[in-house]
Amino acid sequence: MRIETGRRSVTALSTAAVALVLGISEAWAAAGRPSPWETGMQEMVTELGQSVSNFHTYLVWLIAAICLFVLALLLVIVARFNESKNPVPSQTTHNTLLEVAWTVVPVLILVAIAIPSFRLLRQQLVPPQADLVVKATGYSWYWGYEYPADQGGFKFDSNMITEAKDLKPDQPRLLGADNAMVVPVGKVVRVQVTSADVIHAFALPSFFVKVDAVPGRLNETWFKAEKEGVYYGQCSELCGNGHPYMPIEIRVVSEQQFAAWLTEAKQKYASTEGSAPLKFATAQ
Amino acid sequence: MAHAADAAHADHHDHLPSFWRRWFYSTNHKDIGTLYLIFGFTAGIVGGLLSIGMRLELQEPGLQFFSNPQAFNVFVTGHGLIMVFFMVMPTLIGGFGNWFIPIMIGAPDMAFPRMNNISYWLTVSAFCLMLCSLFVEGAPGSLGFGGGWTVYPPLSTVGHPGPALDFGILALHLAGAASILGAINFITTILNMRAPGMTLHKMPLFAWSMLVTAFLLLLSLPVLAGAITMLLTDRNFGTTFFEPSGGGDPVLYQHLFWFFGHPEVYIMILPAFGIVSHIISTFSKKPIFGYLGMAYAMVAIGVVGFVVWAHHMYTVGLSLQTQAYFVFATMVIAVPTGVKIFSWIATMWGGSIRFTAAMYWAVGFIFLFTVGGVTGVVLANAPVDRYMHDTYYVVAHFHYVLSLGAVFVIFAGMYYWFPKITGYVMPDWIGRLHFWVAFIGSNVLFFPMHFLGLSGMPRRYADYPDAFAGWNMVSSIGAYVFFAGLFIFMFGVVYAFVRKERAADNPWGEGATTLEWTLSSPPPYHQFETLPRVIDTGH
Repeated sequence: MRIETGRRSVTALSTAAVALVLGISEAWAAAGRPSPWETGMQEMVTELGQSVSNFHTYLVWLIAAICLFVLALLLVIVARFNESKNPVPSQTTHNTLLEVAWTVVPVLILVAIAIPSFRLLRQQLVPPQADLVVKATGYSWYWGYEYPADQGGFKFDSNMITEAKDLKPDQPRLLGADNAMVVPVGKVVRVQVTSADVIHAFALPSFFVKVDAVPGRLNETWFKAEKEGVYYGQCSELCGNGHPYMPIEIRVVSEQQFAAWLTEAKQKYASTEGSAPLKFATAQ
Repeated sequence: MAHAADAAHADHHDHLPSFWRRWFYSTNHKDIGTLYLIFGFTAGIVGGLLSIGMRLELQEPGLQFFSNPQAFNVFVTGHGLIMVFFMVMPTLIGGFGNWFIPIMIGAPDMAFPRMNNISYWLTVSAFCLMLCSLFVEGAPGSLGFGGGWTVYPPLSTVGHPGPALDFGILALHLAGAASILGAINFITTILNMRAPGMTLHKMPLFAWSMLVTAFLLLLSLPVLAGAITMLLTDRNFGTTFFEPSGGGDPVLYQHLFWFFGHPEVYIMILPAFGIVSHIISTFSKKPIFGYLGMAYAMVAIGVVGFVVWAHHMYTVGLSLQTQAYFVFATMVIAVPTGVKIFSWIATMWGGSIRFTAAMYWAVGFIFLFTVGGVTGVVLANAPVDRYMHDTYYVVAHFHYVLSLGAVFVIFAGMYYWFPKITGYVMPDWIGRLHFWVAFIGSNVLFFPMHFLGLSGMPRRYADYPDAFAGWNMVSSIGAYVFFAGLFIFMFGVVYAFVRKERAADNPWGEGATTLEWTLSSPPPYHQFETLPRVIDTGH
């Protein structure tokens, strides 16, 4: 258990409650990974992710207001319309104006939600021209990344680091991978996602990215990371025994570093090229 | 006619069948209802223990209680399937439905009493098969099926070659057949056996809710049966419906499953809507506000519930237009649901409310269902769901609408109808104490799951990064409190049977206007041998 002192956890709880009510979500967030006692979304490092995250904050306000409104009505009822305060019940069963109002007002609220929602949906699903394409293949239970021919034409596997001693200081347990996917900062990266056996899901919360890796299908998603750093995600579709043990680690680096990494990677992974053909439909 | 029947039955009155005949060959809707309630509670304990196992494991990061995540996944799967098919459905539909639908509409029994009996025993058989599945090989080298209650291929085909899932599929077939037969029975009973004068528009809302639910069952379960049969042949007979190497597509299964699966969630919650309406109206001493709106809101939820299924599949790679449609259709459901919430509030408004245990649970339900409902609106938005999909936020959402929704109403119904079903009074403080324990426990259990989901914790994880430890600890503590509440309920039942304080025919007073309160407590073995005549009360 990670609660160090009772007082600290109580403080964290109450702060969290306040934060939730206020819709503040990034109070303790470190980019690219979950933080203890977090109550909101992870810090976004893509512009689109930030927009959707803001949209979510707007929704939190809206739904909190609705819940508080219902709660307030219930409290008034408990206080005013109990047997002792109000011994004679009214027999009102209709109020056309009221009934129209509680049909129309929710419709208006939903329209106010739908308009920004459709705009963001279009932005997510209609990707801009890509600067880099990476193919991610889900295996049971690790990820394989493939950089196409014009980027060097190599592929490598990314396994979770299982021994605590092998983790680098900044790599959290269950999130750190031996070979990270590396991409340049500020570039549109298109990720093609598929699976070689069962369904997995490629997810990276701080890029607001999640897409299923389905055998026999090539799905795609995209992101443009605005900040260098290391970002973590986890497989997000139940895939068996190793489901919690196939993290996604993406390192966003400067263009120079990326070029250097590419040169290094071409040599490092050249030996594996061609030796691990995609295992479509040969599950197990 | 009624008189002739009366005379013929008069001498049967006090001759109950022998124990074996009464409980094993039963064709009496009240006895079958009782069997269903006992069965649902038992299955609920099994499903609840599985969830306690999960919370023990998740209390701290790392693996403590399970040797591997697969064993944990088997618990997750078992918990989901048992709670859906063997706890909520048998209790709300089989239990309360059987007990009170015939009585509320003024019928002597269900339309097809023998079919009612086979529905029950098929459900029990299904549960036995489901339990067997936990003890035979699933994934290579481990017991049970661990692919989640959604049973997605290829994990459920090539991922689990052992017979565990074959047992599971046959269990679902039997449970599905039982539910289809039950649905036919309810539809026939409600449409044909209402007492003279009880038009559809005068029918109690619980009967309306069961009518809509029965149609949902009848239309959605055959699709599930088809999907899992295709799965069965993919697994055993070399077909490739869901196998890409043979031209199939795993996503086809997801469409078929959720075409059943989404109406299924309304199957679980609509009967609860009906029960809550009666409890609210009874204890407010007021008729339901906007009765027709309430009835047709349920019809609307049932109809629209059939055309929103792919909101469970926003991440499988659906096109922009498809996702946009499902966002729109899903949000439409919020409107009739809002009508129901506000109509319940308006029913209480101006009332003279007696806050009994049942009323505590019903009011608690309204608030908690609202919380679960609004997070549903958040999830309906595909761009946001991209982040939440398959995280604990979704787990929090559907437990707010089911565990704090349907289950709260199950207890509300238990406390409301306990004197009618058993003929004994349960002291009211027991239900109120149980409510507070459950209310606090379930919120401590499920509210932090919103935070875990927002923080990015995926579902169905036996082990998680250390940053998620805090809220998981809180959540586990809530689970133990919620579960402990069950002992208060069990104590209450035993206490009432030991104390044997007789319940009045109508213990709830003037607000209780449905027909069950005109009968003795417990009702006679056969009721309404002279059909009651319903007079217009002017809604």
